[in-house]
Amino acid sequence: MEIVIDNLCKDYGEKRVLDACSFSLGNGEIVALVGPNGSGKSTLIKTIAGVHNPSEGRIGIDGKNIRDIDPVDLAKMIGYVPQHFTYTLYSTVFETVLLGRRQHIKWSVSDEELSRVQQALDALEMGHMAGKYMDQLSGGERQKVFIARALAQDPQLFLFDEPTSALDVRYQIEVMETMRAITWERGVSMIIAVHDLNLAYRYADTVLLLNNGKTIGYGKPADILTPGCISTVYGVDSFIVENDYGKFIVPFRVKTGN
Amino acid sequence: MPQNNQQDAVPIATVHFLYKEGSTKRIALIIGLLLLVITSAILSAGIGTVSLSPEDTILAIGHSCAVSIQKSLHGYVPVIAGWYDAIPFTIPAPENPQAELIVVGFRLPRIFLAILTGMSLAIAGAVMQGLLRNPLVSPFTLGLSSAASFGAALAIVIGPGIIGAWLFLSYDMFIVVMAFVFGWLSMLLVYGISRSRGTTQSTLILAGVVIGYIFTAGVMSLKYITNNEKLRELIVWLMGGMWGASWNAVLLLLPLCIISFILLERKAWDLNALSAGDDVAKNLGINVERLRLYGLMISTFAASCCIAFTGVIGFIGLMGPHICRMIIGNDYRYLIPCSALMGAAILLISDTAARTVMSPVEIPVGIIMYATGGVFFLFLILRARGRGLY
Repeated sequence: MEIVIDNLCKDYGEKRVLDACSFSLGNGEIVALVGPNGSGKSTLIKTIAGVHNPSEGRIGIDGKNIRDIDPVDLAKMIGYVPQHFTYTLYSTVFETVLLGRRQHIKWSVSDEELSRVQQALDALEMGHMAGKYMDQLSGGERQKVFIARALAQDPQLFLFDEPTSALDVRYQIEVMETMRAITWERGVSMIIAVHDLNLAYRYADTVLLLNNGKTIGYGKPADILTPGCISTVYGVDSFIVENDYGKFIVPFRVKTGN
Repeated sequence: MPQNNQQDAVPIATVHFLYKEGSTKRIALIIGLLLLVITSAILSAGIGTVSLSPEDTILAIGHSCAVSIQKSLHGYVPVIAGWYDAIPFTIPAPENPQAELIVVGFRLPRIFLAILTGMSLAIAGAVMQGLLRNPLVSPFTLGLSSAASFGAALAIVIGPGIIGAWLFLSYDMFIVVMAFVFGWLSMLLVYGISRSRGTTQSTLILAGVVIGYIFTAGVMSLKYITNNEKLRELIVWLMGGMWGASWNAVLLLLPLCIISFILLERKAWDLNALSAGDDVAKNLGINVERLRLYGLMISTFAASCCIAFTGVIGFIGLMGPHICRMIIGNDYRYLIPCSALMGAAILLISDTAARTVMSPVEIPVGIIMYATGGVFFLFLILRARGRGLY
């Protein structure tokens, strides 16, 4: 599947929060959206997810504008995990994950749908928590449940907005490894907004660097996430460490002077 | 690692098992509640100023049904009437000769009205809570009850008159239509407020309560300008009660309640998906705005039609759904029927208590309901501490 974002713009009232964003991705590819708070990452993801209508530009899937695709079919193609998630106290983990199968369920739930829920939970090693209530979980576990819901949706394009924000270091790596594996195994695409530059560096094929809604850089992580670029966008001095395990970005102080 | 192997050896409850177990529990509760409502209805038909034994009550209902079936068969389809008469057993008339009049003529309409009203209000509460994702939402807290009462009161005071005649409406129908129009008006106000930017969930509730007061003011002023004869009728709306019960009301409300129930039940999965938030629901292919308008319209319709006959009945819309959520969770496929039966049971039992505890004096059902409702509300608030309701 070929996803093409072409000259996408989004205005909130008078304010342009996303300005002429263009990029594309194919099967098995992960694009990381990087940029400071308020740079337009969430807006871009929400617009692709169909939560917002674009003010200008188009989003194409295999040459088709997503506006021309039936919302029910689109729900089977695009899975979205928002940054801030809502849940109800009285829902269990598997009921929450089951919502991902909404468009495949008419009324009663078939064994096949339940198996998919089980698979999604197992992929994130959450199988043993299936019967727990959402409010019995820690913030990180809850975040994994929402990722599992998107996995159960079985889309060709995943959209994750800060999927690792509530996770500890171990789970961050685990979840990113799982996502990397899923993109390769299923040949699906992923757009992930991340704050952790090292996660973007390690797991993304391409990085899109945003600032104030404008695209600052787009390309391979090593070409975009340079100390110079980071300094311009974030106002932070950093250096790159290279060792046997790869390259790592180390931001160490707020830029002084100008 | 050996530890992991040990963990694997313990059978883990699979999703399939959990789902089936959950469904069984939910269906069991629905059947249990259904039996509770039926039993309460039969017992309620037997108690009152004149006490009847359960046998007499059942015979009175059965005999009167059999007789009316026979009458209508002879009247409209004499061919089948012959077969009907040939059935070898008949339901005997109850021992107490007045049982039929008391049970079928007076108590049953009232029982049905209580059941239908309890159902409608609880369904409306459950659906509104889901649509606006707020646990404190109910027809009462959103001002719907007061607004619908105002509509009904206005209809009583001005009478069907020209508008009613123009719409070919009977007196009863005119009241229902007016209740719905004003109920819907208040919901539109609340919905509009909920959509405007920066509205928090507490603002929404606050707005609903205030809208309720405005309409209560309207009902109170109507009380002043109206004459004595109509004043009595008006008091009914203000206090809330099942005095307005009649077979006409029941026959009008029954199909409306059933249709509203079916229409809302069909949206159960969409309501479930909405619990994950507007953004996720949109991504799951649901037209959130349309669902919200549709759901609010149907639940307003169901609730305001009943309110037109009973006046302001509070807490059912809040109590019913919450008790059910605590027992069976948030799956709307089960939550809607379960809340309906829970609401029916609560209102029926409260109303029976209201007309029997001080018999022959009848006290307003609100006294019983609000007292128990108030205690429940406090319990909810205490329980929510440190846990968060939603």
